[in-house]
Amino acid sequence: MNEAIKLTYHISGDDFTRAGEASSDVKKKLKTMGVNPVAVRKVAISMYEGEINMVIHANGGVIDVILTPTEITMVLKDHGPGIADVDLAMQAGYSTAPDKVRALGFGAGMGLPNMKKYSDSMKIETAVNVGTTVTMVVKL
Amino acid sequence: MTVGDIKNILKARVICGEQYMEREVHTGCGSDMMSDVLAFVKDQCALLTGLCNLQVIRTAEMMDVVCIIFVRGKKPDEAMIELANEREIPLLCTGHRMFSACGLLYDHGLRGGASY
Repeated sequence: MNEAIKLTYHISGDDFTRAGEASSDVKKKLKTMGVNPVAVRKVAISMYEGEINMVIHANGGVIDVILTPTEITMVLKDHGPGIADVDLAMQAGYSTAPDKVRALGFGAGMGLPNMKKYSDSMKIETAVNVGTTVTMVVKL
Repeated sequence: MTVGDIKNILKARVICGEQYMEREVHTGCGSDMMSDVLAFVKDQCALLTGLCNLQVIRTAEMMDVVCIIFVRGKKPDEAMIELANEREIPLLCTGHRMFSACGLLYDHGLRGGASY
């Protein structure tokens, strides 16, 4: 793998049951490419949380995954409601998800903290009523 | 312990993945909140949950979970079984409630494992 490879996924916002398909596909592809299992798991978990967030909060969006020999970058872009207070959203346990989402096993306020935990760097660009772009990097 | 041991200890029914009963399980994790499961990577983990939807299988897939045990008699649907088969994750069902199921496995030596 000498050149950068880019994968693009369009995430549907109306079907919770399909959330995670993109992350699953990335995980499978990275495994096939022989990427080390720890990095694969870090990418899979951080992207999966981001994908779930997109479906729960932002009516879907687009995820780009860029692979280079040294790192994997995930760019998750949505046109959702934006995050009013990023520091608050980063606090473990803080969630604005409705009860119906909690009944599905998410909305515990662990999504963003988990994404930060499993990526080597994470950047959030957000504007209320405009959307959010989260960029995460996992080093190889 | 193996997946087969868990089956016996919890008097569980194997829904799919009967061929994986020899797989080794090193740690256990019990939760109905998938984000809490995702917060702590564990080695060769068995996941016990009362949540019964497709995201349980997805979560297990991302975490490389060895097997999933549905507690309180919860039964996975066809779509879940299909995905679990595809991802080679055995699914078990037990009538025990979460507390008892975790307690029984702990009593037989299974531990929670270190946090990430």
